[in-house]
Amino acid sequence: MDRYSVFALAREAIRNHRGWNRAWESPAPDRHYDVIVVGAGGHGLATAYYLGKNHGITNVAILEKGWLGGGNTGRNTTIIRSNYLQDASAAIYEKSRSLYETLSQDLNYNVMFSPRGLLNLAQTHHEVRGYRRIMSANGLQGVATSYLEPDAVRKLCPVMNLNGPRYPVLGALWQPRAGTARHDAVAWALARGCSAMGMHIIETCPVIGIRSADGAVSGVETTKGLIGCNKLALVAAGHSGTLAEMAGFRLPIESVALQALVSEPVKPCLDVVVMANTVHGYISQSDKGEMVIGGGADQYVNYTQRGSFQHIEETVRALIEMFPFLSNLTMLRQWGGIVDMTGDRSPILSKTPVDNIFVNCGWGTGGFKAIPGSGWAMSELVAKGEPGTLAAPFSLNRFREGMYVDENLAAGVAH
Amino acid sequence: MLRLRCPVCGMLAEETELHAGGEAHIVRATAGDSDAEFEAYMFLRKNVKGVVFERWLHQYGCGKWFHAARNSTSHQIYGTYPAQSAEPPAALLETIAAAVSDSGITESGASAADESTNDS
Ligand SMILES: Cc1cc2nc3c(=O)[nH]c(=O)nc-3n(C[C@H](O)[C@H](O)[C@H](O)COP(=O)(O)OP(=O)(O)OC[C@H]3O[C@@H](n4cnc5c(N)ncnc54)[C@H](O)[C@@H]3O)c2cc1C
Ligand SMILES: [Zn+2]
Repeated sequence: MDRYSVFALAREAIRNHRGWNRAWESPAPDRHYDVIVVGAGGHGLATAYYLGKNHGITNVAILEKGWLGGGNTGRNTTIIRSNYLQDASAAIYEKSRSLYETLSQDLNYNVMFSPRGLLNLAQTHHEVRGYRRIMSANGLQGVATSYLEPDAVRKLCPVMNLNGPRYPVLGALWQPRAGTARHDAVAWALARGCSAMGMHIIETCPVIGIRSADGAVSGVETTKGLIGCNKLALVAAGHSGTLAEMAGFRLPIESVALQALVSEPVKPCLDVVVMANTVHGYISQSDKGEMVIGGGADQYVNYTQRGSFQHIEETVRALIEMFPFLSNLTMLRQWGGIVDMTGDRSPILSKTPVDNIFVNCGWGTGGFKAIPGSGWAMSELVAKGEPGTLAAPFSLNRFREGMYVDENLAAGVAH
Repeated sequence: MLRLRCPVCGMLAEETELHAGGEAHIVRATAGDSDAEFEAYMFLRKNVKGVVFERWLHQYGCGKWFHAARNSTSHQIYGTYPAQSAEPPAALLETIAAAVSDSGITESGASAADESTNDS
């Protein structure tokens, strides 16, 4: 792997950028791997990356049905935060957020992590109480958040109209080290890191069947043939249910559409992330100047990667009340992703009824922030066959045992 | 926008006047059920990539619940039927089978339809 540096940049500038190598190799699949990861989204790639980096397992293939990062990882609005309510969530999301702080250095690739701070607006008295409660919980969990009164919110975000007619801003939960990163860069950087360790990233290679013998996995059927493995990690977000079905079990997941949109680029005017759960909208400004906008998820099963028009309308309506200047902007693009929702709005990192098959899914509307932390925890589960402390609370058994990690309050809106 | 014919009041209801109620034909758990049965009732939805049978509430219309058959990969609506049905009507299943084989789409569509026939 070529190291990226200012010297490399200068060298290539002189020779017209002809010396750059591909960031990752695209080999033909081998017949057998120690571990196969299904899904080259952020979570699959991070699982593979930390399998190599933390556990020395590098005979790994990552199989992707489309193109790398073309699922939700390349479709999300990139909010990174860890101000959840439950201890188990705070542990894994804060681990993830803290890994983001040094991810660019670790991967020698600029993922443009920007800890610009995040406001969760409280617009009802119920939300005021909810966010004060989360702030107290976060204090005990070692996650730095504070509760701000409207004046402090106005100082951080002068372009916002705090006295909106429907829902005036009553305060906000503030996480100063939350922020955003560049989604594609996270996928590409992890892929480059995996490839450098000798792992095989195989795109346009859908898994269409799962083989097992004596209750343990033996390999996968793909459009590029049968590939054997000792262990299999299913990391396919909204399509996890289909893969589970191939392996003969069912997941407590429903797949629904979540949408986002971006405006034309404008001069910098918003240097924090703002989330407004009551009115269902959230917004940040990208480095290019585009306003990145997201809202609520649809409520019915959908695999089309297209969502409902009225959700876009609802989101834009909410945000125009809070940011009246938005009404003058043209929206450039709008798209959807298929997100994997669990009943308690928490992810699944777990063993499964089939030996040596592991699942990592259920991140729903909020898993971009969790990519490095989830990979860290999942790689330990796959390498050792047992979950470590980060993954243990997120087992599939919790739905049977009633040990839910209930995040309906903290994850009330898509993000 | 989805448009469903409400079988109760007969209106062609737009998505904005409807409320999605999730998978249809789920049999309620009872006191004697095992943990696994309760889990299945509570959480293990079919989440089919293909033909789904689901509940809808005509919230801003007549206020009644009804059932619909829809394709989750194309949003094609095959039909709606009363909420008081323990399983999809046979005529609707025929329509679906014909539509699925016509369009040549998704095996999962076909198998989903079969599955629901066997189910209840
Ligand atoms: C509009 C939108 C906005 C969002 N905003 C945020 C946000 O602001 N902050 C945040 O933290 N999260 C956000 N999320 C959620 C976040 O995007 C996801 O939780 C996260 O990207 C999931 O990553 P993943 O790797 O699990 O899934 P994906 O990136 O979807 O990767 C799964 C991969 O598996 C592949 N696959 C599926 N089936 C197969 C098969 N049979 N064989 C081979 N490969 C297969 C898919 O092609 C896909 O590439 C948002 C999501 C959406 C849609
Ligand atoms: Zn009606």
